[in-house]
Amino acid sequence: MAHFEKANSINEWMDQRLAVNTLKKVMQTEYWIPKNINFLWAMGMVLAATFGILLVSGIFLLMYYKPDVNMAFDSVNYTIMTEVGYGWLWRHIHGVAASLVFLVIYIHMFTGIYYGSYKKGRELIWLSGMLLFVTFSAEAFSGYMLPWGQMSYWAGMVITNLFSAGSLELYGLVEWIRGDYVPGDAFLTRFFMLHVLLLPLAIIGLIVLHFGTLRIPHVNNQDGEEFDFAEAAKLYKEGKVKESKVIPFSPVFLSKDVFVLGVYFILFFYLVFFHFEFAMDPVNFDPADGLKTPPHIYPEWYFLWSYEILRPFPKDPGLVAFGIAQVIFLMLPFLDRSPNVAPASRRGLFNVWFWIMLLDMLVLTVMGKLPPQGIWNTIGLVAALVFFALWIALPIITKSEKKL
Amino acid sequence: MKELKIFSVVAIFTLILYWGVEPFAHSQMHKHVEGHNFTYDGTADIEEAEAKVAVAKETKTKVAEAEATLAAKKTFWADVKRISKLNGNAANGEGLFAMCAGCHMEGAVNMGGVTPPSLEKAGALYDKNYLIALVKNPAMASNVDHKYADTMMHPMGSVTTMVVDDQSIADVVAFLMEKKKGEMTSKEAFKDACGRCHAMRYAKTTQIGDTPVFKEKKDALAHEIKVLDEQALVKGYMGKLPPDLSMMIRARSAEYMETFVENPQSQLPGTSMPRTGLSHEGYEKVKQYLTEIGDPSKPAREAIGPWVVLFFVVFSVLALLWKKEKWRDHH
Amino acid sequence: MSSRRDFMGKALGGFAALGGIAALYAMKRSWDPLPSVKAAGFTTVDLSAAEPNVLNVEKWRGKPIFILKKTPDMKPDDRDVVVGSDRFHVSIGLCTHLGCIPAYQADNKKFKCACHGGEFDTSGHQIFGPPPSPLEVPPFKIDGTKIVLGEAGPEYTKMKDAGLTV
Repeated sequence: MAHFEKANSINEWMDQRLAVNTLKKVMQTEYWIPKNINFLWAMGMVLAATFGILLVSGIFLLMYYKPDVNMAFDSVNYTIMTEVGYGWLWRHIHGVAASLVFLVIYIHMFTGIYYGSYKKGRELIWLSGMLLFVTFSAEAFSGYMLPWGQMSYWAGMVITNLFSAGSLELYGLVEWIRGDYVPGDAFLTRFFMLHVLLLPLAIIGLIVLHFGTLRIPHVNNQDGEEFDFAEAAKLYKEGKVKESKVIPFSPVFLSKDVFVLGVYFILFFYLVFFHFEFAMDPVNFDPADGLKTPPHIYPEWYFLWSYEILRPFPKDPGLVAFGIAQVIFLMLPFLDRSPNVAPASRRGLFNVWFWIMLLDMLVLTVMGKLPPQGIWNTIGLVAALVFFALWIALPIITKSEKKL
Repeated sequence: MKELKIFSVVAIFTLILYWGVEPFAHSQMHKHVEGHNFTYDGTADIEEAEAKVAVAKETKTKVAEAEATLAAKKTFWADVKRISKLNGNAANGEGLFAMCAGCHMEGAVNMGGVTPPSLEKAGALYDKNYLIALVKNPAMASNVDHKYADTMMHPMGSVTTMVVDDQSIADVVAFLMEKKKGEMTSKEAFKDACGRCHAMRYAKTTQIGDTPVFKEKKDALAHEIKVLDEQALVKGYMGKLPPDLSMMIRARSAEYMETFVENPQSQLPGTSMPRTGLSHEGYEKVKQYLTEIGDPSKPAREAIGPWVVLFFVVFSVLALLWKKEKWRDHH
Repeated sequence: MSSRRDFMGKALGGFAALGGIAALYAMKRSWDPLPSVKAAGFTTVDLSAAEPNVLNVEKWRGKPIFILKKTPDMKPDDRDVVVGSDRFHVSIGLCTHLGCIPAYQADNKKFKCACHGGEFDTSGHQIFGPPPSPLEVPPFKIDGTKIVLGEAGPEYTKMKDAGLTV
């Protein structure tokens, strides 16, 4: 047993038992972040905050939600939206946050791609981040089922049908996933479980892993510059903060994060109160009806690009394309053969690749929502082909990239 | 400066994305329907009939039929226009109205599939031109003539044998517009205009009125059976049970609601829902009720929203000052 | 860090705390009983058909309510509810010891709680065992021969002001 001295303050008492001072150093005041960064480096914090908001608003929704096909719609739209004090606020916050979280994830992802933050020891950061993207997608989908409106039901129908795997006709698997012939009570209740327990647990675990993977390779910087963190930290601690290339996470880096958060929340709450339709589709305010498909069904905007990759092809190739699209981003650190860690603007052809990819995803997203007819179909097909062409081209153009 | 440049790139991509998946996509998904500001002069009906003639000619099927419908519509709305210019005599109209009051009264029961509305405040709810058209030919006026080979089959068809000449029509409508024009609550407006076919479970009201609170389960079930019986009658009349309207205000855009109520055929061709002939004020009342029930948090959102946004504006300013202080010696 | 440098941090923290308090208020409101629960908090009972010395148990706000029409030989009490010439004992049927429901013994004309043996007389006063206080009287209002539970009428207010019930 350790020897304990009489403590003179609460802090000291805690420190003796929990090493809070060491913890504070490791996690905050001596967790070193490069100084050469911009506001895009705050997206991780914005994501963490948005996840926190989803968790808190979700807790309040959970207290009144009823996972039962006969009660779900009314428990959301009547009990929560009209009876519970500020229930509408939690729902609007939850809906808007669920949509915005993906916007920030995409910004976060493309920041990583632009600055090459997935290379040379940072592969695990990228991989754990992409796993987070996948779990967030599952979380979003399962949550979308819960209000049990028309969009919930038909999204549930279409997405679970994907698992029949085209010509393999695995209808048994589809029924197994649903626990029924169509999305019904068993389906709703199990997706409720996934949404409020299993997936959040997985997400929290992955967030911890994601933070952990940052620790050894450190956060990248605007120039992809490699430098000795220990040396820079020593300079900083000596008071030469101007010369040092690093800053402590708290309070210096945090002060910038908090400012970015503030600006983000202006947008966030503006949307919550005045402009929420984009995140709360009107069609989902019609109760689920298994005998009537709405005239237009489409996924939420953040799934549109991969949906559009599925759509222009015949069934089987479409499913294969869709499957590849889901995992191809995971492969990025291994498909990029260039040794350079630098912003795309200095990487020649890769710069072209980056901007075409971004534009292509944008085009795919917009086409994914438009009715599949006429010119939209053609544009969608071309964009989907460009998407795959880009991934095939990536190893080739990065292999021939000059070393900086 | 460099950060602002990066920020504007992010912002521009985000805005294009938003524009593409929201305003642009929705403009492509939903056809644009021209509103007529709740005036009923047959413009929309004649355009519809003309479009059908064009389709018939193209497919070479039932051309004569479509042309006949078009001609009938043109004649009908010309008649309505003529009658609307007559000087209605409300005193004469009162006498004629006695015939209407046989069905249109408080506590009326289902007749031919639907409960006739009480016309106690009709002048405050419906448009004059529409009422003229309705008395002249109910099926044509409500733009559901495709459902009836003969107007007499319409639940209100018999009116065409009761109020026949133009002057009588003008008189009875003048009576409604002048004498039956009390102040209406939004709930009354809903009940008369929509509530006879549509239930609203969040307002605890059905086709047979507000649902009382029952202590005994037996009484509650007995009431439910009455509701189901009424709904079966409405279903028989309409072809399917009209949807519950509790959340309709959030399930459809404002533009859709307006053009749909004005002329259901414009948004759902072939629907059996009749045009209700609400005046602009009447529609506003109904919309108010739909909002009270389906979107009751609207006033709270509008009251709290600006304060929360302002809070984060101030928060951001303070955070910026804090950041500047922390970073002062770092560059 | 000098105190001057910390000022902005403290101002920001304080301001953020204000927002936190507002959020806590919203959270508190979300825990409140729903309007439908509150609206259902009224129960009307018709007393005209009550039999003397037969205990009626009604449910009000999820709790049992004892309504006992007194016989002439039962001692009148200030806590009795008087309707016309009849006297009624009305109380929340939960033992004031630990909340079990006492059973009425019509032969002995007393309430006996099975949990810990507490006993109450026909006016709800504790006469034996651990109960520290009489059975509570729910808010009531007399409306003709009916009693509305949940609404405080003058008779109830008088009882409450006299300290006869909590």
